[in-house]
Amino acid sequence: MSKPTVKDQASTPKVTNVLIVGVGGQGVIMVSKVLALMCQKNGYQVKQSEVHGMAKRGGSVFSHVRFGEQVWSPTIPAGEADVLLSLEWAEGLRWLNYLEPTHGTFITDTQHIVPPFACLNRKRGAVRGYSTETPAQIVAEVANGLALDATSMASELGNPRASNTVLLGTLSTTLNFPVEQWLDVITEFVPPKTVEINRQAFLQGRKWSEQAKSEIITDTVVSPLSAVYTEHAANDDFELRLTKEWCKGCDICVKMCPERCLGLDAEQRVELRDPGRCTGCRLCEWLCPDFAIDVIKPAPQRKSA
Amino acid sequence: MNHDVKQSNSKADQGLSHRPMTGNEALARGAWEAGVKVGSAYPGTPSTEIMENLSGYSSKDLAAQWATNEKVACDVAIGASFAGVRAVTSMKHVGLNVASDALMSVTYIGVNGGLVLIVCDDPGIHSSQNEQDSRMFAKLAMVPCLEPSDAQEALDFTKLAFNLSEQFDTPVMVRSTTRLSHTRSIVQLSERAEVPSKGFVNNPSKNVMMPNNARIRHPKLIEREQNLADYFESSDINKWEKGRKDIGIITLATSYAYVKETIPDASVLKLGVSYPLPGKLITEFCQSVDRVLVIEELEPVVENDIKVMGIAVEGKKFFPRVGEFSPEIIRQSLEDAGVLENRNLAPGHDQRPTPRPPVLCAGCPHTSGYMAIRALDGRVMGDIGCYTLAAVEPLRSIDTCVSMGSSIGNAIGVAKAGMNTKPIIATIGDSTFLHAGIPALIDAVYNNVDITVILLDNHITAMTGGQNHAATGKTLRGDETHRIDFEKLISAVGVEWIRRTDSYDIASMYQTFREATEYKGVSVVISDRPCVLDPVKVKGPSLTVISENCVACQSCMNLGCPALSWSDEWYDGHHKVKIDASACIGCTLCAQICPADSIRPLETQTH
Repeated sequence: MSKPTVKDQASTPKVTNVLIVGVGGQGVIMVSKVLALMCQKNGYQVKQSEVHGMAKRGGSVFSHVRFGEQVWSPTIPAGEADVLLSLEWAEGLRWLNYLEPTHGTFITDTQHIVPPFACLNRKRGAVRGYSTETPAQIVAEVANGLALDATSMASELGNPRASNTVLLGTLSTTLNFPVEQWLDVITEFVPPKTVEINRQAFLQGRKWSEQAKSEIITDTVVSPLSAVYTEHAANDDFELRLTKEWCKGCDICVKMCPERCLGLDAEQRVELRDPGRCTGCRLCEWLCPDFAIDVIKPAPQRKSA
Repeated sequence: MNHDVKQSNSKADQGLSHRPMTGNEALARGAWEAGVKVGSAYPGTPSTEIMENLSGYSSKDLAAQWATNEKVACDVAIGASFAGVRAVTSMKHVGLNVASDALMSVTYIGVNGGLVLIVCDDPGIHSSQNEQDSRMFAKLAMVPCLEPSDAQEALDFTKLAFNLSEQFDTPVMVRSTTRLSHTRSIVQLSERAEVPSKGFVNNPSKNVMMPNNARIRHPKLIEREQNLADYFESSDINKWEKGRKDIGIITLATSYAYVKETIPDASVLKLGVSYPLPGKLITEFCQSVDRVLVIEELEPVVENDIKVMGIAVEGKKFFPRVGEFSPEIIRQSLEDAGVLENRNLAPGHDQRPTPRPPVLCAGCPHTSGYMAIRALDGRVMGDIGCYTLAAVEPLRSIDTCVSMGSSIGNAIGVAKAGMNTKPIIATIGDSTFLHAGIPALIDAVYNNVDITVILLDNHITAMTGGQNHAATGKTLRGDETHRIDFEKLISAVGVEWIRRTDSYDIASMYQTFREATEYKGVSVVISDRPCVLDPVKVKGPSLTVISENCVACQSCMNLGCPALSWSDEWYDGHHKVKIDASACIGCTLCAQICPADSIRPLETQTH
């Protein structure tokens, strides 16, 4: 074996960083493979790094693509992504701190995929644990913001799943690769039956961003969340009225209470053990076969919009 | 995944000499090019794709198969090595714990055909139960540990590992990490070298590890350690890159890339091996610079060995011992060490995270089991698999999760500790049960405990992306094979109370679980439905919510189904619910528990 290689250090030339994010199943990995192949075909060294494992189970998915003459780290440092491409609205906001603040381009689908985790609060007037920012707010905040309803655009073409290709079309306007080559590479990656729709989706995404650059971007999606909140949050007072004489100790309410705040007393009749945890969800009232539980709530105070 | 495998090999067949590969694809390619004849593994993120990719090469070249667990996989590879051919086993870091028993002995024996273990660590715990550093195992077993830093090295080092194995009569470990395994970069390919079998060599004093033989072998290991260290002094897997004289960095694996990214002008000694270390090379390097930092992920394995040589180096004083490295972390630590100036960066954008943890899929057959279990109010010992997700809201019905197959043993312990106010339940998946659950079930019968085992049989190894196992009736290559019959197996070990139920019938699940927990002794319930993703994607007619009837009780939301979310309508201060028809597979669990009967099949809603 030869002696260890000794070589002189060279300075690191400029690397372009594209961070692609979304939700499991949206095609984040497909999009990053297309981009990586484009970079390779154009003579760049490219590294593409992803983490899977939990991705299939509806979690966040991300893929780092870095290309240039010499790429070292497989991951993009925070605050250094030249492009943040997000296939889902809230995922883009999750990774916004990776976007280069002075010149970075944020490309995002405005469609919401609301996770079940955001809808777990059983209290009255609860709000979704999901982004309330509007596209206009975010576009105003970043150096370059391109927020489009790619899912609707793809649906109009006949397949909402092609939204990722619409976004690739938008991405293509930020990189200097030939359009025909993009289309060839996309053709290579998508199922044969969907080639035509994906080509159209790509061109649609390009067209949109060319228009968007010359016009002022208007909001395509208005958050439906904030308007109704105050109306329902008004009053948390309620009372759990138990008619013990009617209770036969069947245990249904105890077992099905999501907060586990009911129990049976010494006489095998229902009792409220942990009033602090009761959210007034009424499940026990609905399930009790003997009408022994009533959740008494004051009428919600309607406010005019 | 299968699609990728086929695609990659068809490209290779077209004679493409360079192509992008993940670390795992390259590790498999390296083994194939080295002429490996037998490969065996148990799936485990981030290592799973290594054996999957190896199975993409022709069955004429090699046998590639799923094993029942990592110890079996390791033993299979050892057997092939005894028989004189090159053999590989791949596993995740915690898989090495299972395989370690065999490894600790085979290191005394050495090899006939080259024997390589590919072990993938998971710094940052992306998909594991811990972030142990497998290099400590290499030291414990006294087997050389090679550490590639990118896909090209993954391929090259794997090939080298087979040569070293045969040259030095030792198993060799190639250590990857999640980042390397799942990063794609360009790799140069070569042809496969056909390595003829050496045949079985009769040598009981070397191949039979009993006290008299083992005592003779141990000094040979120490000799081997020294010979390997001498070899690595001049091996080109270590690279010395001359730069600034005031700062020298000793690094390895993916940390090297972060070092090059962050401080490109430093002098760097990039090691390709973490055990045994080339002491002279390291000494020479340290003498050539004013200050030396050792940068390695997880434990200070290399750092401590260098300190033992009597060389003053710094490392974990500045660089974290926990989590995965990144260019930012390396940068920050170099700033802390006073090597780099503090960059006064303009403040970036705020992160606004919406919580999106992984969840059980829409229609996941595990869901109903945990709904029924939480209604039973038992003490529940969990296990490793997708169903570990039932430990968090909204199912929140698993009390513990330790390691593969632990649930049943843990339940025995809880029962023997005298806890009898609640039913004691172990929940375990089909693949995990085969992996390490069977000995514990035998123990439960043998020691006569009162526990209920719920075997969540979804007919696949789901968490790692849908791999076959001994009870699916298919091999890794997809060929038909014998299918384990769980009822017969469980009955054969002496369990007298066994029932099979349909996971999509929640009333039957609850009833059966209740009867099982009332039974005195070991009872087993097999909850039976295939995974909705693999081997085939299940999609039935979707359901919909009749909004007028919905009383917003959130009962269905307690399933944690990703197809369910809040609609914009309200009932008495609570959100009504809607179903995403594209995600719903029609399992009907939500309809079964809806107290207002407001969930119905979509197609019958014609108005």
